[in-house]
Amino acid sequence: MDVSETLLPGVGIRYEFRTHDGQSLGIIVYREGNAEFIEYDRDDPDASRVLLSVDEDEAEAVAEILGAPRFARKLADLTREIPGLHSEPVRLPATSSFVGRQLGETHCRTVTGASIVAIVRGDEVISSPAPDQLLLAGDTLVTIGTASGIRRVRALFEADA
Amino acid sequence: MKGDASFLVELGFLLILLGAAGALALRVGLSTAPLFLLAGLLIAEGGPVSLTSAEPFLEAAAAVGVVLLLLALGLEFSADEFGNALKRHAPSGVVDFFLNATPGFIFGWLIGLEWPACLALAGITWVSSSGIVAKVLSDLNRLGNRETPAVLSVLVLEDIAMAVYLPVLGIVLVGGAVLMGALGAVLGVAAVVAIVMLAQRGERIAERLLNHDDDEQVLLRVLGLTLLVAGAAELLGVSSAVGAFLVGLAIPPKAARQARRVMEPLRDLFAAVFFLAFASQVDLNSIPAVLPEALLLMVMTLVTKVITGWYAAGREQAAARGRMRAGTVLVARGEFSIVIAGLAVAAGFAEVGVLTTTYVLLMAVIGPILTRFSDQLARPWVARAARASPSISR
Repeated sequence: MDVSETLLPGVGIRYEFRTHDGQSLGIIVYREGNAEFIEYDRDDPDASRVLLSVDEDEAEAVAEILGAPRFARKLADLTREIPGLHSEPVRLPATSSFVGRQLGETHCRTVTGASIVAIVRGDEVISSPAPDQLLLAGDTLVTIGTASGIRRVRALFEADA
Repeated sequence: MKGDASFLVELGFLLILLGAAGALALRVGLSTAPLFLLAGLLIAEGGPVSLTSAEPFLEAAAAVGVVLLLLALGLEFSADEFGNALKRHAPSGVVDFFLNATPGFIFGWLIGLEWPACLALAGITWVSSSGIVAKVLSDLNRLGNRETPAVLSVLVLEDIAMAVYLPVLGIVLVGGAVLMGALGAVLGVAAVVAIVMLAQRGERIAERLLNHDDDEQVLLRVLGLTLLVAGAAELLGVSSAVGAFLVGLAIPPKAARQARRVMEPLRDLFAAVFFLAFASQVDLNSIPAVLPEALLLMVMTLVTKVITGWYAAGREQAAARGRMRAGTVLVARGEFSIVIAGLAVAAGFAEVGVLTTTYVLLMAVIGPILTRFSDQLARPWVARAARASPSISR
């Protein structure tokens, strides 16, 4: 499926795609973390109508329901199948400002576009971590996304406190 | 003590007046800026109310208001968004400048203004109101529309262009030569480039300096820094507005997010006072005389702005209705035009103040109304497109 991404200056990012039955849909992810699902008019293809709008927590929950488990299951296939999609471990340094904070507080997906699908802590694996998951120094965050998205994740978590 | 009492009473009265104006704006679905200007006209010379002791405060608060307005504008956009807008819509920005600044300049020259005032008028007709346009887009649920990135890109480019335009205007207004003005432009560009680089390199330091869990800390730090830089810019002769705008641009995204939230109520208060104070300097008796000029200017720059939006949305492959929506939504002029006129008035070109107040009152009201009916306005083009390719409409 083709998803096109458009930056809306001062607003956020708009994603746009066409479903199998020919309907044009879009999702606006606002800078503040809330999101809107929109559909495009068949008669006037430039005009949109809001189908559903969710706040930040709800958007996070929708993403969890639809995204994370599937990602975890298909991680290997996806990265092989889709050119441009990568999965990489990102280590959380002790100096990071997110040590001791919740995963949700990082707004990682909103800020970078990449998702954290698992956390490796010692010999324990936390798969599809919830937004309230605490991050500890030395955690390895299994990240999936584009190469630039993963670079942004690295920059986000390696920023000093 | 008696002085204190009358000051407090007058200030309280003014704030309640502004509150009522704002409530009216909400009720009729307009932006607050034109209503605040109308409120200012009430206390203007020749108006029904005259104030005595609140005036020095109004003047000081208006100065802070400009600074906060521009800071908020700088905080609104990141360097990435600017780069992206420039990549996709540089030609739209150029079209926007030539189509909308030129009529202002020529019009000023025709009505016999001195050329520094003409330059100010060029800026006044050039810049759309980011505040009004953003609000209308969200009110009419158009943020998801295909033409909207074009509209937002034009706004970003205009706002950044202001960082170059304002220093030039500042120098020219105080009687600087053309050469000095050009130097100002170079300085402006250099400052923007330096700030953008600084914002990327020094992101960690800036985050550490400005980020804090406590909102009060963020408020005091950001406000203090902004006023310091704005004051320094004023001392250098490039106007405090530019300084504040550059501070907003330089604040990195994470800190900007918090700063936007914390500064918002303060900006609302002082910006309202700024609009009020600006309109209160206008002599009411001089408005009828400039009304025909303002109306003519309105019609001219309304058409040129619609063409600008039409062109920009065309670059996003939008069809007639989308292009008309983009054109009409951009028509509104507002806060920036008033800021520019404020500079001109301060430099002694009082006639620019009256004309701009009237012009902005017209444009800020007609822009949002016009865009509500844009689908009807686009009808001739939609019909033509349907005739040209009947297979699509079937």
